[in-house]
Amino acid sequence: MPLQNTNFGTPLLEASNISKYFGAVTALRDVNLQLWPGEVLGVVGDNGAGKSTLMKVLSGLYPPSKGSLHFDGKQVQFHSPRDARGLGIEMVYQDLALAGNMNIAENIYLGREPKRKVLGGLISLFDHKKGLQMAKDHLDNLKIQVKSVEQKVEELSGGQRQAVAIARSIAFKARVVIMDEPTAALAIKEVGKVLDMIVGLKDRGISVVIISHRMDDIFYVCDRVMALYHGANFSESYLKDTSRSEVIGWIMGTKENVRELAHDRVK
Amino acid sequence: MTESSNHEMNNEVPWHVRMIPFFDRYGILIVIVVMCLVLWAMQPEVFLSWRNISNIFKQTAANGMLSIGMFLVILTAGIDLSVGSVLALGMMTLAVSNASGVPWPIVLCLSPFMGMMAGFVNGVGITKLRMPHPFIMTLGMLFMARGLANLISGGVPYSGLPDPVRFLGSAQIYLGEFDGTRYNLPVVFLFTIFVYLVFWILLEHTVFGRRVYAIGGNPEAARVSGINVDRTLIIVYTICGFMAGVAGLIMAGRTNSGFPNAGQGMELEAIAAVIIGGASFFGGRGQVLGIFGGVLIMGLIRNGLNLNDVSSFWQQILIGGIIVLAVFIDVLRRDWGTRS
Repeated sequence: MPLQNTNFGTPLLEASNISKYFGAVTALRDVNLQLWPGEVLGVVGDNGAGKSTLMKVLSGLYPPSKGSLHFDGKQVQFHSPRDARGLGIEMVYQDLALAGNMNIAENIYLGREPKRKVLGGLISLFDHKKGLQMAKDHLDNLKIQVKSVEQKVEELSGGQRQAVAIARSIAFKARVVIMDEPTAALAIKEVGKVLDMIVGLKDRGISVVIISHRMDDIFYVCDRVMALYHGANFSESYLKDTSRSEVIGWIMGTKENVRELAHDRVK
Repeated sequence: MTESSNHEMNNEVPWHVRMIPFFDRYGILIVIVVMCLVLWAMQPEVFLSWRNISNIFKQTAANGMLSIGMFLVILTAGIDLSVGSVLALGMMTLAVSNASGVPWPIVLCLSPFMGMMAGFVNGVGITKLRMPHPFIMTLGMLFMARGLANLISGGVPYSGLPDPVRFLGSAQIYLGEFDGTRYNLPVVFLFTIFVYLVFWILLEHTVFGRRVYAIGGNPEAARVSGINVDRTLIIVYTICGFMAGVAGLIMAGRTNSGFPNAGQGMELEAIAAVIIGGASFFGGRGQVLGIFGGVLIMGLIRNGLNLNDVSSFWQQILIGGIIVLAVFIDVLRRDWGTRS
């Protein structure tokens, strides 16, 4: 069911006919996804619907078994997350992918450390001072409050960790941020802050793909929502043209607007 | 997340949790000072004599080399059981090649080189053969290196090494004479300080070192951050093997020989020193200075027990108890110090 395209130009990120097999298991079957510049796209689906697999294909962690990816209109192939990141596609993982034993600044720049080469480039020294200053400026810029960027990540609350993970994803010219269940592990009072951060990304012109089970999240931050069912596209819609119960119906694999299916009838 | 929740936090933190940073920083120092005071009180004549102190330095140097290499490995949440055997392999390669007339500059390099090769094989085995745990690969290497050391030497010791080869392990710098006592500083002590300085810079100030900590903290995070985890691990095990080879060179120099059963059980002493020094088996925790303290504590225990004529059987029992205690302290620190 192709959506009426009201955006002009080419999508920023486009996945066409993506299939992914793990041995005999088909995780994704001919899945299509378009992400437009400055858009927040919600991806919903039941457990095992293939959301996380699709995100890992988009972020370069899994090579697709079939199908193609286009970025900015050009076909691309990712051999590792590093390739995707080179184009500005960043992923915020569900398990956060932070090293608890290291401080906030080191986590933000993990894998892309500010360095000084010494001895003719033979040795790269970690530039602690620069890293701390950059991290502090970056967090200030995002209005994220922490006691100090030298605090270890394991001392932070779930919401603060998520904030650090998001800050990390946009530390270097990100154009697309993919988030896997960004609010799943948070205390309720922290959910709002993280959602506001996601809206903040959109205001910076960054496109966001967000996987979530929580209808509240989807209907708070997204412009558009698409549903996967059993590893294939099921339905998609602009948010203004749908309702919670309809989206919940999609997750369960039905397109009839069955109100009694919805556990969440508040609109 | 907010100011107010921080305040709540601080008020709820019980005293023993608030003491963690203090003990993390000064705990080892306190233990060392207390141990020295106790030993001094028990043996006032001998313990603080220069002869005894320089003995401690000489005897702990080999363990110091093994421990700092082991620390690197344990930082990545790994383990290297082979270092004692690799020490023997390096030592025997050195002694046998010397006996067969290889010129000394080459002989000198052979022990560290063999250690490096064994470490490299460990690293490749762990990453590329996808061994389920470094325990397996390095246990294999423990047997292989020991077997090889026996094979090349026919299982017999070789003694008599040229002075340049012995230099690192046995040379002393004459400092002067005071009150009729000659003060000599073992070269190996200065060398140990130098090595620990290099490792401190490596771990605290190089990108490589910070990535070693990151891998220990969360290997998945390191991987998705674009860090080449396999390559880093291979380098880590290669360095550990290299240090075992250096320990072999030091021990050969000190004993003026090579004997194929050298270093037996020393992997466990190195692990003990690293754990006592504040590193964690869970990876990502510990500092170079702490490891230095751990090595010193192990040396002091041995020295103190020897000075007081405690039998080596009791020494084993005591050291075993201390290891269990040190790890238990680590477990408590983790329980108290981190949010689940």
